[in-house]
Amino acid sequence: MRRYDTRDIAVQYLAPQTMTEAVQALAESKGRVHVLAGGSDLLARMKGGYLEPDVIVDIKRIKSMSVIKKRAEGFSIGAGVPCIHMGRHSALKKAWPGVVEAAGLIGSDQIQGRCTIVGNLCNASPAADSVPALFAAGAMAVIQGPKGERIINIENVVKGPGKTSLKKGEMVERIQLPVKQARSGDAYLRLTPRTEMDIAIVSASVNLTLDRAGTVTEARVALGAVAPVALLVAKAGKALIGTQLDDEALETMAAACRDACDPIDDKRGTIDYRTRVAGVLATRAAKLAWQRAGGK
Amino acid sequence: MSLLIETTVNGDQREFVCEADETLMDALRNRMSLTGVKEGCGTGDCGACSILLDGELVCSCLVLGAEAAGRTIETVEGISDGDELHPLQQKFLEHAALQCGICTPGFLVAAKALLERNPNPTEEEIRYGLAGNLCRCTGYDKIVRAVQAAAVEMNGES
Ligand SMILES: Cc1cc2nc3c(=O)[nH]c(=O)nc-3n(C[C@H](O)[C@H](O)[C@H](O)COP(=O)(O)OP(=O)(O)OC[C@H]3O[C@@H](n4cnc5c(N)ncnc54)[C@H](O)[C@@H]3O)c2cc1C
Ligand code: FES
Ligand code: FES
Repeated sequence: MRRYDTRDIAVQYLAPQTMTEAVQALAESKGRVHVLAGGSDLLARMKGGYLEPDVIVDIKRIKSMSVIKKRAEGFSIGAGVPCIHMGRHSALKKAWPGVVEAAGLIGSDQIQGRCTIVGNLCNASPAADSVPALFAAGAMAVIQGPKGERIINIENVVKGPGKTSLKKGEMVERIQLPVKQARSGDAYLRLTPRTEMDIAIVSASVNLTLDRAGTVTEARVALGAVAPVALLVAKAGKALIGTQLDDEALETMAAACRDACDPIDDKRGTIDYRTRVAGVLATRAAKLAWQRAGGK
Repeated sequence: MSLLIETTVNGDQREFVCEADETLMDALRNRMSLTGVKEGCGTGDCGACSILLDGELVCSCLVLGAEAAGRTIETVEGISDGDELHPLQQKFLEHAALQCGICTPGFLVAAKALLERNPNPTEEEIRYGLAGNLCRCTGYDKIVRAVQAAAVEMNGES
């Protein structure tokens, strides 16, 4: 990573203590300015020579951003929280098992100790594990910038592979999950050629809410790794509403998932394979979410 | 931009100078001569550079040296008690759980963290727990056996 060639500007490392200082540092720094959370994408990309930042702003010294909080509007997960802390938070795990499992699948134990869901989101990889789960959960991103705070739906953060909608000087402060509904449950499943340390070739997440009779009243279905960005498939969710997850409803949902796919074709998975598996994983995730919501 | 960093390594107060984009792995090896920290890949895949940072297992190749300021670091050099080997080190020897040895420091640090969290892991838990450490020589079986044997010994003693 350290290069011994001569460069005009030396890299700067900043570790602000507060969010205000961080936003100021991001807004005022010139050149290629990068937020450093867990560094598991940023430092790997620097090592590979894909990225040469001029300024690195480490946000992990900001105490308010390193916590998981239960607020009136639901759980809030700070941008500095490593995924391993999500796995250790029993109340969060109980409320959002799918989100926590998705975050827990990122990398090895070593990576878990560092990686964050906001880094996973902002790195904007089509295969990012936590992103479909956050889509299905209906999460919001709380963004801070020179013009103050803005809160947007999680689906509006990533614009394309490696591209976000964040403007100069902006950063994500935290992820806000909604209040967990009674009789609801979420699940995330991914397919990888190896069981550990691999990147999803397809992933699916489903979040369901049931009424007392066990009929689905709300459903969100999201897919990962089958398009340039994660997809929230509205039609797939709709196919489950008003049903008790009978086979026909599940097949309509799976078909909607397949229709939404626009995957790459490579040696890890052909277009046909990824498309077909998207429907299969969504079906399995729906069944698991249903069980977690108390469906019988 | 050179930075002066004060940190605690294996219980000792240490100071080092590093560049802003220098990894903690490079700083530990080149500035503090802690060459038990190995570089395999430099991108988080092999675990040879594993250390504990504030008690958390991490790849030091994915941490900047600058991030270590005021934090606590433990490396493989701090595992033994003076001349007395840690049970994991002893069992790695007895079970021949190494050949070339480049992966060994990382495995020891990761296995120690694993046994602290889960003193009695199953084989599957050991294999998942050490999935972030790669070994090109042993085929892993002997490593798993050594960790199991160390767990037995450590549980017997406490
Ligand atoms: C060995 C290995 C295995 C991996 N396995 C997986 C896997 O299984 N699944 C998976 O999805 N990913 C995987 N990854 C990728 C990576 O670990 C994840 O994407 C991780 O969640 C990134 O989080 P981070 O905090 O480390 O991000 P960083 O590297 O710190 O940041 C990533 C990007 O997001 C930006 N950023 C970070 N925080 C903010 C913020 N608050 N506001 C604005 N921008 C921000 C950074 O500037 C950078 O561009 C793996 C990586 C490695 C090295
Ligand atoms: S050198 Fe750090 S993980 Fe390989
Ligand atoms: S002993 Fe050679 S890589 Fe593990």
